[in-house]
This record gives sequence, structure tokens and C-alpha cells, in this order.
Amino acid sequence: MNKGRLLAAALVIATVVFIVIGTVKPIPSAAAYAGGQNLLPSSSTPEEAVRNLGDEISVRDWGKAYASLANKTQFSEDEFEHDLTGYYPSLRTDATLNSFEVRPLHATENDAEMRLTLHWATVLGIYDSTRDLHVIRAGDRWEPEWPLYKRPAVPPQVIPVNYLRWDVIYPGPGDDWGVQGVEAPHVRIVDMRPVQRAEGVVILGELLNDDVVPAYVSVTATLQSKTGKALATEDSFDKISHVLLPKQVTPFLIDFPDATLSSVGSIRMTPFSTLVPASADPVIEIDNAHLNPAPNASLSGQLINESGQIVNVAHVLGTFYDKSGQVVWIADEYTDRALLPQTPEAFLIHIPEDLARRVSSQRTVVASFEYGGVL
Amino acid sequence: MRRLLAIVLGGFAAGIAQPAFAQSGSLTLPKAVEAGAAFSIAIAGSGKATLYIAGPGQVLERQVDLGQTVAFPVGTLYNAGRYVVILEESPAPETGEFDVVPEKSVAKLSFLARPSRLPVGLHDGVTGAVYAFDAYKNLIVGPTPVSFELSGPSGAAQKRTVVTKYGAAWTEFDSTARQGADQFVAETGPASTRRVISQVPGDPCGLTMTAKRDGKQVQLQTAPIRDCSGNPVPDGEVVTFTASYGDDQSTADVPIKGGIAKIDMPIHDGALVSVASGVVMGNQIRWEK
Repeated sequence: MNKGRLLAAALVIATVVFIVIGTVKPIPSAAAYAGGQNLLPSSSTPEEAVRNLGDEISVRDWGKAYASLANKTQFSEDEFEHDLTGYYPSLRTDATLNSFEVRPLHATENDAEMRLTLHWATVLGIYDSTRDLHVIRAGDRWEPEWPLYKRPAVPPQVIPVNYLRWDVIYPGPGDDWGVQGVEAPHVRIVDMRPVQRAEGVVILGELLNDDVVPAYVSVTATLQSKTGKALATEDSFDKISHVLLPKQVTPFLIDFPDATLSSVGSIRMTPFSTLVPASADPVIEIDNAHLNPAPNASLSGQLINESGQIVNVAHVLGTFYDKSGQVVWIADEYTDRALLPQTPEAFLIHIPEDLARRVSSQRTVVASFEYGGVL
Repeated sequence: MRRLLAIVLGGFAAGIAQPAFAQSGSLTLPKAVEAGAAFSIAIAGSGKATLYIAGPGQVLERQVDLGQTVAFPVGTLYNAGRYVVILEESPAPETGEFDVVPEKSVAKLSFLARPSRLPVGLHDGVTGAVYAFDAYKNLIVGPTPVSFELSGPSGAAQKRTVVTKYGAAWTEFDSTARQGADQFVAETGPASTRRVISQVPGDPCGLTMTAKRDGKQVQLQTAPIRDCSGNPVPDGEVVTFTASYGDDQSTADVPIKGGIAKIDMPIHDGALVSVASGVVMGNQIRWEK
């Protein structure tokens, strides 16, 4: 009985002690959530200053982040915020900062160059954006200068668009049995190749819309053993351009994690297509696409939106071929900024280092997505 | 669903009547009745009894006077199949059976024409299959000649007559060399059903382009694009322009508009420009000032 009272008293005393400690000397993160003032470490070094900026961006405290900049007189807080979240709805708009890294590039007594790499989480996965910041000393503090991405100025103009648009009317529920429906678009796999990679089997290929109507497409593959038994079935998921206009070709990539090609006897490919309403607009030009050799092998270039409407998200798919024209690899990237009319936007698709030396040519396609409106 | 229910009910009725299948001397039944036609059943004896007729999807109950003929008007029994007749009388029920057969005249053709859209000049590319039904939607299983006709936009028609077997007939036709909407008609007696088959152009043939300077850019433009039968390739089909200069490459997928594909691209002097549509390659141009 006495032991129980002693334990209760000890717990009460310990609780009171912890409350006092937490109130008098809170840890920085707790103080931050409580709205305290001493939220972040001081900016007594260039790295601390940039790290503080990263913390403020991660909690979307645009006001505090803007106030900490040395060059804030050169742009407004709105411009700073929209530089990070996008001037138009795009992948950036709903992205959250997952983490960030700060790396010093160069430092003197009064200024420094720091690289801030922001890892953003989006509905389509992680994307990274890197900014090189010039940090200057201001008394006993350091303040970063933000390299603002200027909003592209599109001159006011009227762009007539009279490209084709397709609508579909399906048979109604009251129609008789046997009444004529609408034929699914005819699509054709024009190339297919299985590849063994460290992470499993990958099937690479290309699909053609062989019809005169637009198609929503996907490809499913089933690995079969040498006895004909189905081993695994996967589909192309987002490694494909799903909407194909007539005579358009898309690459596709199907992943079979942990599978081994030596145990595969045959592969059954099943292309799927269905009619969808679609528009032939916008046309997106891929300009100056360039294969960059290893190390850091990549395909870089620019996308130019030739239409008058804003493309909120562009999905760039690169198909890489060897000298004999055989598909070697397929990779993709989503643009994090909206494509404005007639405004080049850079893209960069990474190529696996071990395959880069075999890549001789490439073909790039772009799928576009619009959700309209400005912020 | 209704037919399935009818079959199940009919089978059930036939099943339960099987042990007492012998034809009674007191019932005089028709051997077969055409669907929807009037018929009668003569019943010998005297007194009163209850007459049941059960078949696919239909059950009738009548209070009858024995020794008289019971008449059933037009439209009483309309589902084709075997019907069981049960006369409920003392001391034991009498049973019999007869068939209701489809009408001979075709009232409706269910016509499945495939595909709804196909390229021109395809051998046996168009398939038509019909199922013949009477006015009560019974499948007419007897042989019935059905005439198929596929007429193209130019007016030329392909015709064929096929006799149904177990209620179905089918045929194949070639798609013609002209694009447009073909009329595909299946006909027998007064019943006629029409479908539209869309014949579309094939792959582009002899794809060519020209290039000319347009300000800071180069305008690439194809000649009017046609298939190998001379049909204009429809607007919306994608033509890919590619300009290669050293290790750099610029491409654009451009939909055909007004019969041609056209785009302005920044092209370096000395670049090799090519054009393609799907798997069809066009000409190449070495761009020089």
C-alpha cells in the first residue's frame, strides 16, 4: 500500500518537473508548434541561414522566409511564394517539402555560395529542385539572396485554335441487343523487348494507334514459365502516354520486380484501347533534345507549348535506342511548372549509367494535362 | 432473363409431368400451334374439371365443362416451346403435351455488323450476322433466306443471299477502295435492318514535305496527305516532324489540319529534317539557308 502511494507521488512530482522544464526551456520544434519566437537556430553561419530558410519553406511560412532574404526589395512576397508554388496550377501547387539539403560551394569572410536542394513530395512522386544561393553577412547574421525564377511574360495576343476535337456517343441503355456500337480503336504493339535489370525484369516497347480516332491505351504483360504457367502480370501504369491521337506512337515500360528472365518461357502482351473524347490541341514541340553522356547521363531539352492554352502538367517520355534501332531504355519525367504558351520550359530525363554508352538515338513524346484557371 | 426464366419454368413443368406422360383418351390436343395463333382443345366426358396449360413463361388455368371443345383466342400462347396440359378431374388427372412453334414470317432481324469502322481495301473485312425472330421474339429456327447488301459511297453494291441455319445466317464482304459511310442492309420479307460501316483511309502514302524560312523559324509543311487509294487522310492524324543537327534533335507531333500538317520550328542550318506518320516514313530535307 505504502509502495503504491510512493509510486503515485513520484509520478506526480516527475510530471510537474517535466512541465516546468518544457515551459522554461522548450526544444525548438516544440516552441515552433507553440508559436514561440525562438523557433530556429540563429543565422550565425551561411549554412544556418540557408537551413533556416529551408525550415521556413517546409512549414510554408512564406512571410518569415521572405523576411529573412537579403534581396527582398527586388521582388514581392507573392512573387517569392509563386516562385516556389508555381504561378499557374502545376505539380508545385500542391507539393509539400519532404526534406532539403544544404551544401556549401564557396565561402569567404563576408559572403558564401550555398546549394539548396529541395525534395518535394507530389501526387506523382518526389521531384527535386536545386537553387544556388548567394549568402551575405549582415552584421552578426547571414542572409541568403533568393535567385528568383521570373514569371515568363507572355505578350497579350489572340491565338486561333481550330484543331480537331473528337466526342463519343455510346449506345444508350434502351437500345436493342445487337444494335451497332462504336468500335474500340485499333492499336498495335510495334516493338517489344524484355530486359533483365538488377531490380527485376523490365519490358520495353512501343504502341501505335493505328486508327483514325483517339484512343485511351494501356498495355498488360504476363510472364509465363517454360511450362506455360503464369508467373506474374503487370501493366504499364504511368510509364506510357495514355491518350494517343491517330497514328501517334507511345513508348511503354512494364516492371516486374524480383523476376528473372531466365525463368521466363514466354510473355503474353495484351494491349488495351478504348474510345475517349480528345482534342488535337495542344501541340507541344520538343526543342533541342540532347543526349548528355555519362557521368550523369541524361536527355535534356526544352518543351515549347505551341498552343494558346496553359498546360499544367507535361509528362515527357523518352525512348532510347541503340545503333541498330533497338529500344534500350525508356524513362520519363513530369514537369513541375506549367507550360505557358510559346514559352520554353526545360526538361531533364536521367538515363541509367550502365545503359548510357549503348544509347545512340532517342525519341521523345509529351502527354499534357490541363486543369485550367490561374492561382 | 425472361427467356431464361421461361426455359426454367417450362423445364420444371415438363419435369414434374413426366411420370404421367401418357396421353389421355379424354384430351384431344393439337400437335403443334403457331405462336400467337388461335387453337382449341377437345375434352371428352361429362361434368366439370380444371385445365392447366404450362409452358415456357406461361401458365393458363381454365374451369372447363367436359364433353366440350375449349377455344383459345389469338395471342393466348406466344412463347415457342413445349407445353404440358393437365386436366384436373376425379378420380385421376389426365395429361398431354403439344408444341408452340415460331411464326413462319420474320418480323425482326437482329443484325450484328462488325466492325463499325475499318480501313479501305480490306479483304473479307466486313462481317454481318443475323438472327431471325417472329413477332413474339421467338427465334425462327427453320431455314429462311436472308439477303445481305453492302453498298459503298459510290453506289456500287455487293450482294449475297444466305439461308439461315438454326436461326442464324452470316456473311463477309470486302471493304471498298473509297472512304465513306457504307450502308450494310440485311433483309428478309418485310424485315429489314440497316447498319452503317465507316470505311476510313489507310496509312499515308508518298508522304512529302517542304521547308521554307518564316522569320526566325522554318515552316515545315506536308503536301496534301493521301492513302495509297487516293483517299485524303483525315484531319487529326499525327504527323511527326524531326530536325536533327549534330547531337541535338527537335521533334513535334502535329495533327493534320485541312489535309496537311504544318509547323514553324527553329532549325539550324545543315539540319536534317524528316517527316513520318505512324510507321510510315516520308521524305528528308537537308536545311540550308
